[in-house]
Amino acid sequence: MTQEIRVTNYPEVLTDRPSHYCPGCHHGTAHRLVAEAITDLGLVDKTILIGSIGCSVFIYNYLSLDAIESPHGRAPAVATGVKRARPDKIVFTYQGDGDLASIGMAEIMHCANRGENITTIFVNNTVYGMTGGQMAPTTLVGQKTTTCPGGRCRENEGMPIRMTEIIASLGGVAFAERVAVNNVKNIMKAKKAVAKAFEYQTKEIGFSFVEVLATCPTNWRMTPLQANKRVETEMIPYFPLGNYKDVLAKEEK
Amino acid sequence: MSTPKRIFIKGNEAISRGALAAGMKCFFGYPITPQNDIPEFLSQALPDAGGEFVQAESEVAAANMLMGAAACGIRAMTSSSSPGMSLKQEAISYMAGSEIPGVLVNVSRGGPGLGDIGPSQGDYFQAVKGGGHGDYHLLVLAPGTVQEAYDLTIKAFDLAFKYKNPVMVLADAIIGQMKEPVVPWVPENLDPNEGQDWGLQGAKGRDPRLIKSLFLDDGALAGQNLKLQAKYQSMRAEVDQELFLTDDAELIVVAFGSIGRIVKSTIRKLRAQGKKVGLVRPITLFPFPSEVLLKLAKEGKRFLTIEHNMGQMVEDVRLSIRTVADSAFHCQLPGNLPTPDDFEEPILKALEG
Repeated sequence: MTQEIRVTNYPEVLTDRPSHYCPGCHHGTAHRLVAEAITDLGLVDKTILIGSIGCSVFIYNYLSLDAIESPHGRAPAVATGVKRARPDKIVFTYQGDGDLASIGMAEIMHCANRGENITTIFVNNTVYGMTGGQMAPTTLVGQKTTTCPGGRCRENEGMPIRMTEIIASLGGVAFAERVAVNNVKNIMKAKKAVAKAFEYQTKEIGFSFVEVLATCPTNWRMTPLQANKRVETEMIPYFPLGNYKDVLAKEEK
Repeated sequence: MSTPKRIFIKGNEAISRGALAAGMKCFFGYPITPQNDIPEFLSQALPDAGGEFVQAESEVAAANMLMGAAACGIRAMTSSSSPGMSLKQEAISYMAGSEIPGVLVNVSRGGPGLGDIGPSQGDYFQAVKGGGHGDYHLLVLAPGTVQEAYDLTIKAFDLAFKYKNPVMVLADAIIGQMKEPVVPWVPENLDPNEGQDWGLQGAKGRDPRLIKSLFLDDGALAGQNLKLQAKYQSMRAEVDQELFLTDDAELIVVAFGSIGRIVKSTIRKLRAQGKKVGLVRPITLFPFPSEVLLKLAKEGKRFLTIEHNMGQMVEDVRLSIRTVADSAFHCQLPGNLPTPDDFEEPILKALEG
C-alpha cells in the first residue's frame, strides 16, 4: 500500500488541470516559474497575461489570470496597449521563438527599446512546435527540421539569432537574462531571474526579458531525456546562460 | 476651459478633437499622408488631456496596441490612410473575432498599391466587406463634412462600445485636408464605468476574463460566428443616411462622403433648372441603407451611383434594389479632383435615361 505525501504545493494561480503539452516539454516548468514569481510577489490580482501564437497559445488555460490572445508575433504591441491603458497593472507576454524572433521581431525590438514597463518570457526551443517542427530563427546550424530536412545551413538560412544579447543592447531594457530549466540547479536560477523580471516591472524602470531555453522532444524526434541532454550539450554552448543586463546590479553590490 | 462656439479647422483636426471630446484615453499612430495631422495634433493634445499617445513602430503594431488598450475597456483609436489600413487588417480581424471596441480612422487615398496621396473612395470594399480574414463586419461611418467628421468620430466610440465591435470612420483626403467651420461639442453622460464589466484589469475578487478569437472545441467557432452574425444584424438599427430632395425626384443619385456633398451642389444647380433629381447619401456604409433605397425604388425612381472609385458601393446599391430596379454608375477616377460641374452631364444623361 502506498501513501501519498504532498511535499510541495502549487501556486494557486496555476490551474489544476491536465496539460496539453507533450511529455518532456519545458513549457510546464516555465509556466510554473511565472506562477511562482507573481504569487511570491503578491501580484496575481493585478497581472494581465498577453498570450501569443504557438504551443503556448493555451497558457490561459493554466494560469488563472485576466488574459488576451494576440496575433502571431504581436504580443509586445498588444501588451503596450494594455500597459498604456492600465499602467498600474502588471503586464507580461509569453512567446515562443518563431513568434518573438521571426514574425514578431519588430514588435519585440521596439517594445523593449521604448522601455515599456512590461515583462517578456521568451521560450526558445529552436523549432516551430505547434505547426509541426519547422525551422525557427533559433534553429541551430545542422539541426534538422521539416523545412530544413538536411539541417540548417549557414549559407542558406543564416545563423541562429541570439535574442537576449540583442535585447540587452537596447536602451529601454532594465533586465535581460537567459536561463535553462533542464536541471534543478538551472531551474533555481531561472526562478530567480523570472522573479527579478517581474519585480523590476513593479519598480517601473523599463523592459524586462527572460529567455528560457526549452525542449521540444516531439519535434526534435527525441525522448524527453535525450531532449533534456541536448539543452546542455548543444543549446547552452551556442546560447550561453547568464545575465546580460541588470540596471540595478551595481546598486545592489 | 471655455469651448469656442465655432472653430475653423481641417477634417483631420476635427476627427482628433472629436476623439478627445468622446473621452479617448489612448491613441496609437504612424505617419502616412494624408492623415498626419491626426497623430501630430494628438501627440500634444492627448497627453495634455491626461491620455497616452504612442507613435508605433508600424501600422501593424499600432493596430495591435489599439487592440490591447481597447481590450481593457477604455476608449482608444488609431488612424491611417489606405496602404496603412491594409497593414492593420490583421488586428482588425482579431478585434472583430474577439469583440474588442477599437476605433479606426481611414483618411483614404488613391490606390491600389502606393497609388497617390490624393482623395479616393477606393477602400469601400475593404472597409465594408471585412478587409481581413474571416466572416466579420465593422460598423463604417462616412462623414461628408468636417462637422460630420467631428460628430461621427464621437459616435464611433459610442457604437464601438455599444456593440463591442471595431468601428471605422471612413473619410478621404478631401474631408481630411479641407477646412470648414465646426461647432465643437462634448457628449454628456459619458459612463465612467463603461467597459468595467468585461475589460482586462486583473482578476481581483472575481473569475479571470479571457479575450480571444480562438475557438477550437467542436462547434465552438460555429457558435461564435452565429453570435457575430446576429450582432451584425442588430446593427441595422444604426442605419443612417441623408435624403436630399428625394420626394418628387425621378432620379436618385447615391453617393457617399465627400462625393455625396459635391453631388449635392450639382443637384441644387439642376433643381434650379427644374430637373427632378435627388440624393441619397449613406452615412453608415455598414449597415447599408438598403431599405431606404428599396422603398424609393418601389416608388418608381431610377438610380445613378457616383463614386470616387471604379465601382464599389454600386454593388450594394444594386443588391438593395435588385427586385425592382437597377442603378447606373458614374466613375470619378481616383487621382482627379471633381467639381460639382463634373457631375452635371452624367446626372442629366441618367435622368434622360
